[in-house]
Amino acid sequence: MAAKTLYDKIWDAHIVRQNDDGVCTIYIDRHLVHEVTSPQAFEGLRLAGRKPWRAAANLATPDHNVPTTDRARGIADPISRLQVETLDNNCETFGITEFRMNDPRQGIVHVIGPEQGATLPGMTVVCGDSHTSTHGALGALAQGIGTSEVEHVLATQCLIQKKSKNMRVSVEGQLGAGVTAKDIVLAIIGEIGTAGGTGYAIEFAGSAIRALSVEGRMTVCNMAIEAGARCGLVGVDNKTIEYVKGRPFAPKGDLWDKAVAAWRDLHTDDGAAFDREVTLRAEDIKPQVTWGTSPEMVLPIDGRVPDPAREANAVKKEGMQRALEYMGLDAGTPMTDIAVDKVFIGSCTNSRIEDLRAAAAVAKGRKVAANVKLAMVVPGSGLVKQQAEREGLDKIFVEAGFEWRDPGCSMCLAMNADRLSPGERCASTSNRNFEGRQGHGGRTHLVSPAMAAAAAVCGHFVDVRKI
Amino acid sequence: MKPFKQVTGIVAPLDRANVDTDAIIPKQFLKSIKRSGFGPNLFDGWRYLDHGEPGMDNAKRPLNPDFVLNQPRYKGASVLLARENFGCGSSREHAPWALEDFGFRVIIAPSYADIFFNNCFKNGILPIVLAADKVDVLFKETLATPGYSLTVDLPAQTIRRPNGQEWAFEVESFRKYCLENGLDDIGLTLQHVDDIRRYEERRKNEAPWLF
Repeated sequence: MAAKTLYDKIWDAHIVRQNDDGVCTIYIDRHLVHEVTSPQAFEGLRLAGRKPWRAAANLATPDHNVPTTDRARGIADPISRLQVETLDNNCETFGITEFRMNDPRQGIVHVIGPEQGATLPGMTVVCGDSHTSTHGALGALAQGIGTSEVEHVLATQCLIQKKSKNMRVSVEGQLGAGVTAKDIVLAIIGEIGTAGGTGYAIEFAGSAIRALSVEGRMTVCNMAIEAGARCGLVGVDNKTIEYVKGRPFAPKGDLWDKAVAAWRDLHTDDGAAFDREVTLRAEDIKPQVTWGTSPEMVLPIDGRVPDPAREANAVKKEGMQRALEYMGLDAGTPMTDIAVDKVFIGSCTNSRIEDLRAAAAVAKGRKVAANVKLAMVVPGSGLVKQQAEREGLDKIFVEAGFEWRDPGCSMCLAMNADRLSPGERCASTSNRNFEGRQGHGGRTHLVSPAMAAAAAVCGHFVDVRKI
Repeated sequence: MKPFKQVTGIVAPLDRANVDTDAIIPKQFLKSIKRSGFGPNLFDGWRYLDHGEPGMDNAKRPLNPDFVLNQPRYKGASVLLARENFGCGSSREHAPWALEDFGFRVIIAPSYADIFFNNCFKNGILPIVLAADKVDVLFKETLATPGYSLTVDLPAQTIRRPNGQEWAFEVESFRKYCLENGLDDIGLTLQHVDDIRRYEERRKNEAPWLF
């Protein structure tokens, strides 16, 4: 049999039917649902008199609109409240399991899926959210979809798709101290560009990826979409299986053994062909900071803000100029000279327990700098929050002057009350530095949790390896 | 969904690369539980000088005169001319909903982000991939000619310029079929209910932990 990539294997196992032109109907094993991209889909079902094909394949939670303080008082913004209540009502009506806002299992949908064992190796996973790529860290084929497709999956448990091409990004060697999964993925995006993965499924491989924890791999796969790829994947190994074992939705007993036997095959075969291969050396990767308004506008911390005058491509030059103007930065400025107003540690990229530990290790015994107006830590789920509190991380953060919040998407996209004011500059562990992403006129610099904590205590960007 | 056959319309040029869906429709408008009414907030952050929130009377808000869609010569445009990687970022289908509600039926760009590209077809919008040098020509001609319009013919897969010259474009046959006929693809998939059931039965044996 021909050698297959991991993506080929999962894809082939999910083909329900294939048209002559290569368009396939593929089966979806797990559908994650949140409040923002689902109401119109449920409404569509209702108008057509349809029901979910397999209600048990769905798992829902509100995350984008939920407040991160004073939860007991409910949601103050009536429009946000209506959206969350609409999710509650839809899940009740259609028999879908939901972790509601005040359930301790509530959290960011991409944190709770793996945490609950609701996303498993070899599954096809979709959600009306582009960061669904996160779940690929478990060796799942996980993709973001639009609301029409949310409705399509609810109604049919299938998606209509053409297969993507295969890309492998290998990171070989050993990461230096203080360099993390976030730095790896930012460096990859800097290398291949924000559209470099468009049309591809990206498999992340190589010794540096193997050496990452499963949570670290989630951070990498999470940002596959920022390189343009709908999905990122990592092959299954012992770490994957250990991670999944014992989680609430994971198989148990005989089924567990059977599942593990099947999961052992979830890796790319030797000799399988990729349409594109990219290799990075782990030793070359330094802590990264974005300087512009696209994740590809990224530099190592010892870099300087680039000069558009040196860019030959007219469209790129124009984009760089616009970015510098929006970001309020001058070409040639050392990244370490840039002061921050706010610090956000959280999001589906970096809000898991290991992220919080890394940030707390930097914050411990230090104080948030006087020029920083707000430094906040938003755990990815209620269970992450509980775990962090058991470890005393909350106390470290609070003593250092950080705010310790309730779980949700929060200031990653600022749909709730957590946001930047115009002109404010933020060191953020999230995934997008687009104009206005964290609030109208806000300026976002993407960094790792350790780098964000370092910026908080120093008041400006700093090489975390040097403090 | 409206069937798409032929569209003739004014072209609006949006001359920047990597336009993300946060820019197309900012997050505060995603709190709506409807799928219509997003047009007035299309490109809200660029189009208005103030900060927009849901529920505002958009007719009373100060417009940014420099933004292309506010220039009178592009009023009523139904073809959006754009640059590389249009629609990147968030999967929000509110982006094509806003474009459609504003009046756009066609987008022409050298490349698109995958999820956005897919979402367009579900909403009666045809995103055309055209080589960068041809897109350049269209930008030049649009800027040089007030009232510049194009005719896009989906069945024939052609773009006709004012000088009568036609350029062919590619579109996947299944997407073309659905868009041309305004078909709901849930209905199409449900024609294959037996295939889905057969697949499920097989998988229950192969991978019972998934059920």
